[in-house]
Amino acid sequence: MRPRRAKRGAGVTKQIRQLDRVVIRFAGDSGDGMQLTGDRFTSETAQLGNDISTLPNFPAEIRAPAGTLPGVSSFQVHFADYDILTPGDAPNVLVAMNPAALKANLADLPRGADIIVNTDEFTRRNLAKVGYQANPLDDDSLAGYVVHPVALTSMTVGALAELEVSKKDAERAKNMFALGLLSWMYSRPYESTLRFLERKFAKRPELVAANKAAFKAGWNFGETTEDFAVRYEVKPARMPSGTYRNITGNAALSLGLVAAGVRSGLPVFLGAYPITPASDILHELSKHKRLGVLTMQAEDEIAAVGAALGASYGGALGITTTSGPGVALKSETISLAVALELPLLIVDVQRAGPSTGMPTKTEQADLNMALFGRHGEAPVAVIAPRSPADCFHAALEAARIALTYRTPVLLLSDNYVANGSEPWLLPDVESLPDLRVEFASAPNGEDGTTFLPYLRDPETLARPWAIPGTPGLEHRIGGLEKADKTGDISYDPANHDFMVRTRAARIETIPVPDIEVEDPDGDARVLVLGWGSTYGPIGAACRGLRQRGLSVAQAHLRHLAPMPANLGQVLAAYDRVVIPEMNLGQLAQVIRGRFLVDAISYNQVRGLPFTAVELETMLEEVLKNV
Amino acid sequence: MSEPVALKLTAKDFKSDQEVRWCPGCGDYAILAAVQQFMPELNIPRERIVFVSGIGCSSRFPYYMNTYGMHSIHGRAPAIATGLSATRPDLSVWVVTGDGDALSIGGNHLIHALRRNVNLKILLFNNRIYGLTKGQYSPTSEVGKITKSTPVGSADAPFNPLSLALGAEATFVGRTIDSDRKHLQSVLRAAAEHQGSAFVEIYQNCNIFNDGAFDQLKDPGIRDDHLIRLEHGQPITFGADGRFCVVHPPGGFGLEVRDTAATPAGDIVVHDATVTDPAYAFALSRLPGLDLRNTPIGVFRAVDRPSYDSVVQEQLAAARSGVTETPEQQLASLLNSGDTWTID
Ligand SMILES: Cc1ncc(C[n+]2csc(CCOP(=O)(O)OP(=O)(O)O)c2C)c(N)n1
Ligand code: SF4
Ligand SMILES: [Mg+2]
Repeated sequence: MRPRRAKRGAGVTKQIRQLDRVVIRFAGDSGDGMQLTGDRFTSETAQLGNDISTLPNFPAEIRAPAGTLPGVSSFQVHFADYDILTPGDAPNVLVAMNPAALKANLADLPRGADIIVNTDEFTRRNLAKVGYQANPLDDDSLAGYVVHPVALTSMTVGALAELEVSKKDAERAKNMFALGLLSWMYSRPYESTLRFLERKFAKRPELVAANKAAFKAGWNFGETTEDFAVRYEVKPARMPSGTYRNITGNAALSLGLVAAGVRSGLPVFLGAYPITPASDILHELSKHKRLGVLTMQAEDEIAAVGAALGASYGGALGITTTSGPGVALKSETISLAVALELPLLIVDVQRAGPSTGMPTKTEQADLNMALFGRHGEAPVAVIAPRSPADCFHAALEAARIALTYRTPVLLLSDNYVANGSEPWLLPDVESLPDLRVEFASAPNGEDGTTFLPYLRDPETLARPWAIPGTPGLEHRIGGLEKADKTGDISYDPANHDFMVRTRAARIETIPVPDIEVEDPDGDARVLVLGWGSTYGPIGAACRGLRQRGLSVAQAHLRHLAPMPANLGQVLAAYDRVVIPEMNLGQLAQVIRGRFLVDAISYNQVRGLPFTAVELETMLEEVLKNV
Repeated sequence: MSEPVALKLTAKDFKSDQEVRWCPGCGDYAILAAVQQFMPELNIPRERIVFVSGIGCSSRFPYYMNTYGMHSIHGRAPAIATGLSATRPDLSVWVVTGDGDALSIGGNHLIHALRRNVNLKILLFNNRIYGLTKGQYSPTSEVGKITKSTPVGSADAPFNPLSLALGAEATFVGRTIDSDRKHLQSVLRAAAEHQGSAFVEIYQNCNIFNDGAFDQLKDPGIRDDHLIRLEHGQPITFGADGRFCVVHPPGGFGLEVRDTAATPAGDIVVHDATVTDPAYAFALSRLPGLDLRNTPIGVFRAVDRPSYDSVVQEQLAAARSGVTETPEQQLASLLNSGDTWTID
């Protein structure tokens, strides 16, 4: 890092320092607008061309009591001049809008980190609310950090004194003051934020003016105050050329579902019952009627999946979106779909369980349920996205399997990818998979007149999709066991055995891409195997090790059922296999059971993603012992 | 518009090749025969008719109809049929369900289908017992019912299915009896003509586990004193020579049965199925006593309200009107919306 001096107009000399990466955490009360502040900072950063990864963290309560620890909401953004994999383990900068935000986040800060605090909120009353006996700004409890005390609220109110806004509205603009200050500190382009404010408050011009003024006051404060002597720059990252947008997993997944409708030419039907953290997908899809997407807020999760299955039966792409508790309710209907052999997409945005658990926190503990959580032998395909942008492609892949193989597919997202965001290289629509299907239109029996609803395509093992309205193909299907080919009710023992095995084979033989191994040194003896949202932290940990001269291989499962054909071979090629999961070892159990591999299961269920550092430390131990 | 072509279908066209497997003497046979005979009247090609059922003896029904059909899972038929109806307004969708299927495990879906006014014809075969699971009491069994699961008598009060449907503001509510083919078909006809949810309770005899449950309504010797045959636009009288009538006593909330001879003609309620306030049909639904005396059959209520499929399809059509881009073009601009940036 080469410090460089720049003369500012105001006469204050500011250093400009180059950084390769920064992690900032905005934290405040849930009413302080921290998610919005973080979002805007992210957007400015994206415009600049840095690689980004973000992580929001908010309370389950809509408005927890103000100023309390449970009421703290935060947004972390990691940006760099190279490609990054996670929102960062530890913030370099904490913006704490009140004592609760400071107290709740301090433990995550490394020594030497910058802390920007809103001193106006450090009143005796607010300090007492979170159990501070003394003001930490006054004693030396923060001695290890670089503290920047800023009277954010009063300076904002002061800056808006000339404007026609109430004191309350003026105070509420303090998050824009903070954003202005941070935007100055990190040399962010701010035009998009000003445009955003114009859009957001279009109906209340006085608020547009107030928020813009607050933003500028924050920017100017940075430029003139002596407390901030250094200004930073993070150069654009080298990323593949193309058009990008910053996207959350839930938004990408929604667009993937819309795209699946377009690419299949089928109407999309979504049945859903609101549940955190999946509701945003319902909200998003309900906006796309123009593209033939029909959404229904059902009376419960059972009705939601039932309606989706009914729509599939009628020739639509039937989808249901939910979280773990909802999947539990849908289980019986998913088994029906297995018996009916109809396409159906079930999206599970996992959250910490059991029961209501921690609805806004992440976990990967629904894998067992996805793979095995049904009565009878009821296999389905299971897919998990690895990052926010990957949710788009995972949704398309899930739709492809559901439509081609006429089966329910479970898509296992989680709160971490669902609400996290990263830059997404926008795909060319024409390059997306062609998902067109053919409905049955004529009898398929040898006599040329009978229709056999369970006569299979020899290649895909899929049965014909004969939708109501097709003359001559009238037939009945149901949950009772069906005779092979005719689909008539059958209690024949040999037939049941055959059908159970066939349904298993249908899933097991779906061709999925081989798993790829990343082992740049080529001599790794330890393989880290992950699935779903742990991709980023595992990747970052592996990089860390490699930078220190240690060899480690990484492989990540997208297809959990069926698993890639080469997986057994890959696992056998390493002395040790380590499986980090945000559960108590669900994939590890499957791998051990299927491949007789003595995998090391590393687990954490704190409701938070792994940090790269903890994985790196753990892996280093493993490497020492091989 | 051109006249629809007469399809010239017969009852036989609606019989599937599957062997019917209800107990000999079960009321379900009579209902099946009545429905198969009625179907040609719809003049809808068989491929556009779908029967969706749940689980129970009654729910075996779709297997025997030579139309499209789905025998689904216990209680969920209305939900599945809702997804089908909403996406395929061109179909005639029928739900066949039992008293346990519709009112116990599937109670939630039933009331919500009715509230939404999904374009479904829902036929509830009420035998006041769980047939398929061999004779436990059901949510329509009388209090004190002795069954395998209630050896000293059931403790809980039954649902009145019509009162429940009316509470959910069903737009069409009717009742009929398995053994009265002509009446059954007249109610089916009215239900089929109705745009939106049509809820039809069919009293069905389970001769194995609850035989004779509706005998008072079937025995030629006494049935006329028990049954009230509702006719739209007609004064409500019943019994031999119309000796009983239904009145709305001043100051009361509901309807009551009186001797016709002692009642001024002007006091007798003239049946009007189109009354918007469900309170009227609700009052009718409350008339029968435990002994099934004063049981109205026929169409209680048939009012107009836009059906769910028509509303959602209109929303789709409105969103699409004036769109000139191809879906691919629309998708491309959707993906490219929001704050984007370009890297060369
Ligand atoms: C989830 C589930 N629970 C229980 C059952 C068992 N079961 C099948 S039918 C039925 C009751 C059927 O009663 P009803 O709906 O009145 O139909 P009926 O047989 O009398 O026509 C029950 C409890 C089931 N099939 N599925
Ligand atoms: S058990 Fe009762 S309802 Fe079921 S088929 Fe036999 S008679 Fe009919
Ligand atoms: Mg019954």
